[in-house]
Amino acid sequence: MFSLEGITKAIDTWLNAHFNSTVVLLAECVLVGVAAIALFAVLGLGLVWMERKVAAVMQIRLGPNRLGPKGIFQTSADTLKLIMKEGLTPDGADKFLFNLAPFIVMIVAMLVLAPISFAKNFQIWDINIGVLYVSAVSSLSVIGILMAGWSSNNKYSLLGAMRSGAQIVSYELSAGLAIISIVVLTGSLSINDIIQSQQNGWWIFKGHIPAIISFIIFIIAVTAETNRAPFDLAEAESELTAGFHTEYSGMKFALFFLAEYINIFIVCSIGATLFFGGWMPLHIGNWEAFNHIMDFIPSSIWFFGKTIFLIFLIMWFRWTFPRLRVDQLLNLEWKYLLPISLFNLLLMTVVAIMGWHF
Amino acid sequence: MQALTNRAKSVDRKPMTFLESIYLWNIFKGMLITFRHIFKKQPTIHYPEQKRPFSPVFRGLHVLNRDEEGRERCTACGLCAVACPAEAITMEAAERVPGEENLYREEKYAARYEINMLRCIFCGLCEEACPKDAIYLSETFAPANFTRTGFIYGKTDLLIPNPKTEAADLAKAKGEL
Repeated sequence: MFSLEGITKAIDTWLNAHFNSTVVLLAECVLVGVAAIALFAVLGLGLVWMERKVAAVMQIRLGPNRLGPKGIFQTSADTLKLIMKEGLTPDGADKFLFNLAPFIVMIVAMLVLAPISFAKNFQIWDINIGVLYVSAVSSLSVIGILMAGWSSNNKYSLLGAMRSGAQIVSYELSAGLAIISIVVLTGSLSINDIIQSQQNGWWIFKGHIPAIISFIIFIIAVTAETNRAPFDLAEAESELTAGFHTEYSGMKFALFFLAEYINIFIVCSIGATLFFGGWMPLHIGNWEAFNHIMDFIPSSIWFFGKTIFLIFLIMWFRWTFPRLRVDQLLNLEWKYLLPISLFNLLLMTVVAIMGWHF
Repeated sequence: MQALTNRAKSVDRKPMTFLESIYLWNIFKGMLITFRHIFKKQPTIHYPEQKRPFSPVFRGLHVLNRDEEGRERCTACGLCAVACPAEAITMEAAERVPGEENLYREEKYAARYEINMLRCIFCGLCEEACPKDAIYLSETFAPANFTRTGFIYGKTDLLIPNPKTEAADLAKAKGEL
């Protein structure tokens, strides 16, 4: 059976048989880096293509269909175009910060990749505070966005960045509370433990209504955190041209664009891990035969399948709903989502203490 | 006040109930609409491969006609140029010399016949003015070009293939092949 774990094991044993441990460690670090960057490139190209296709079918259009089968090479061609373009730096911009900002956003997206478990025993870094690490590091991206908006020396960019800052900081709260409600159930912050605890069923099924409420809150909050419609005020095309990345062009713009899609992938994979059991196949209680059949599907396919389903859900939101106003956005968070998620956390704690979950 | 149409409906302005004000049902309805769109057939016509049939009165690029024996019908009378409101047509007449009877139908013919497709407004008045059935508006439209001079169509661009010697080309141009 195909498994990513087998590949890593084989590479590890081969390296250990031929070199000493220091070289093996260095080689593995390089391999992991290359694999991460390759995943980034593939995800960036694939998700942009997926977004355009999803947008197209939802608007009863065809979408990209010229370059390659179903237009899958369209995004590669776009990237090539962006690489060829001049990376302009405006005269009035703060040059250092302006050029640094896209890399900050990108590096933050890369850092969050570390604790995500892609398949059974296939994880870059299994830290015992995985979920905390993810929510802590992912909120750093707001610094990159504020930096971009401020250093552009453009009022639209600044407005976009300020909106984005207000938005990310406030929605961080309910996203965090939604995550904590699952942590309450598992009693662990480690991503691996959270997945293992879903051995006999995913939390969205086992956790009753509080789990479903926290899933809905999580999806809303992460959509806002990744600055996507209906919460894309930070780059509202109709009012702010493009928000914080108005002044960016060429590859620097591409980095922002790529980081947006990587962030979507990351939040969706966190959502899949917390609520849909990450790479854990669909197990139902003690139906041994059913569980065994489900185990035959490789864990990496389960993980990517769930993540892509959640990404589709977020894209589905984007192409259905109109953009919120700033006051509506902040009202939604502070007056509705935050109280609901606090109450939901309380409910979840009661469920966990009384052992009402399955 | 009398309604302008019989389809006019008065707007419902009653305040939202609690269930309506939390929008959840309407959010769900909206998502259902976009989800249903996924399974709808796209009305797109894949342009270069598929072409939409034109109506029979479509006025596209001009062609200069030949008669059944392949002789040019145009006698360079200039009525089309006179009729042209955009002044897009220029021509120079010449006299047919003996031995050219199989090329030109009458004693006078157009040695140079040019239509500036950038000036042309495709009104079809030239077609109506022509006493010899020599100019027609076809069903093709102006292709892109890199220079302005490329849009000045001469006789080589306008004349239809000779039905005697280039019958296959003519059938292809008519879309019969």
